[in-house]
Amino acid sequence: MTPPGPKYARRDFLRLMAAAGAAALLRPLTGAAQPHDVMTRPIPSSGEALPVIGLGSWITFNVGDDPAARQNCAAVMEAFFAAGGAVIDSSPMYGSSMDVIGYGLAKLGRRETVFAADKVWTPFMTDGGAQIDESRRRWGIRRFDLMQVHNLVDWEDHLPLLFEKKADGEVRYVGITTSEGRRHSEFEEVMRRHPLDFIQVSYNIRNRTVEERILPLARDRGMAVIANRPFQQGSLIDWAERHPLPDWAAEIDCVNWAQFLLKFIISHPAVTCAIPATSRVDHVRENMGAATGDLPDAIMRRRMIAYVEQL
Amino acid sequence: MTVWSTYGLSDLLLFSPQTYYRLFELANRDAWPLQAFMLPMGLALLFVLVRRPAWQGRFAAAVLAASWLWVAWGYHWRRYAAINWAAPWFAAGFALEALFLIWAGIFRNRLLREPISPALCRTSVVLYGFALLLYPFVNPLLGHGWAQVELFGIAPDPTVMATLGILLTSNRKRPWILMIIPVFWCAVSGATLWAMAAPNALIPPFAAILTVLFLTVSGKR
Repeated sequence: MTPPGPKYARRDFLRLMAAAGAAALLRPLTGAAQPHDVMTRPIPSSGEALPVIGLGSWITFNVGDDPAARQNCAAVMEAFFAAGGAVIDSSPMYGSSMDVIGYGLAKLGRRETVFAADKVWTPFMTDGGAQIDESRRRWGIRRFDLMQVHNLVDWEDHLPLLFEKKADGEVRYVGITTSEGRRHSEFEEVMRRHPLDFIQVSYNIRNRTVEERILPLARDRGMAVIANRPFQQGSLIDWAERHPLPDWAAEIDCVNWAQFLLKFIISHPAVTCAIPATSRVDHVRENMGAATGDLPDAIMRRRMIAYVEQL
Repeated sequence: MTVWSTYGLSDLLLFSPQTYYRLFELANRDAWPLQAFMLPMGLALLFVLVRRPAWQGRFAAAVLAASWLWVAWGYHWRRYAAINWAAPWFAAGFALEALFLIWAGIFRNRLLREPISPALCRTSVVLYGFALLLYPFVNPLLGHGWAQVELFGIAPDPTVMATLGILLTSNRKRPWILMIIPVFWCAVSGATLWAMAAPNALIPPFAAILTVLFLTVSGKR
């Protein structure tokens, strides 16, 4: 059960602030991240450090075999890696995204250094193992770092398979995902019953439902949390950018709305990593800038919420 | 089907508008110089629709079936399938419609134009003419560039709407079997465009509703 009281403790923020402190000293003036100063968070089940900003591929990387668009996606990946990023997330649901990621990884020589997070998603088939093999081929990698059950589809069949693959060293971590509040009760139940390494949920400053139960449960159970749809598929940032960024955003080293919104997410003590998706190089640089400098504390987070809610 | 019940329309939009409209550019490039053949064929069919020679039904069926087959392969299978896992099913549906048109129109000669009523005839010609001659201007007018035009015989929407125009006055009793796939496509296309907030989202569904309504109230049985 979630203990009563504050959703997260002051010591969590102090720990985060300390982790960010050294990086803040080196923070570039441009707001763009440099590889050496990117903030990381440990995966609770292993202690392995992950950069707090990853790269999603929903919609943005589904460009088919259009050579120009593929090249653009590779440029986004290059900027992401250059800024210290590591986690790229995809799914068989995302059309050609996996092929496009595979193209970029091969082009950039990043097959061995990417933290490859994918999903098993079987609404039309039952053989999750075959799908994972096919996904691995499309990424062009030796093994996945993280394999997740997408939106809990057939999780009863897939989780035993994923734990078996983890035991065999074919995947390193196992997780489940949901988005936009789907099946949260069942999601919690799976979290309670299975030793997951990761969960992935939708979380942003205007969609904080998971703060109530799922994020505290993830902390209690020692599960890493990936936050998807940080910009609500672009609608949140489009809306935010019609309003002025508050002057006090500079206190937490935000120079644009993307960093403001992302820092809110990654400053939650339970969150390991946020995965904004973009098809623009300038945007991925802005996003990675959120992985540097100071993070908001509990008081600042409340101020951020209040500001956004009154807009 | 509990999986699908949790998805909204925007969850099923797998690609960006840029990627979607780029498909037409790539499909047009693949098809070239087929456009130089399809436009005269489409215009010839318009002429034939008005003049109604004895071979009009078979000619219409041949032109439409060839168009549906090309869209099935050149657009759905070759291009759209790369970004939408449902596109192979769309390709199969379009190929099936081509077979229906060949069977009904060429073998049974049931696409002959019948002057059932002046209103129906006018609507038929207007809908067909709109799909052939005006719909290609929609994307450029919306700022997508001339390379991304949707053309009859190359892209699905104008091909489907032109077919609905022909079916409006066909002499086939109960043309509903020929209309299932076109009407379904108009719903799919309208939903896709709606999810992308495209201003022309209602045009394909409107064409389908118009056709069904006219056929229903025309007393055609």
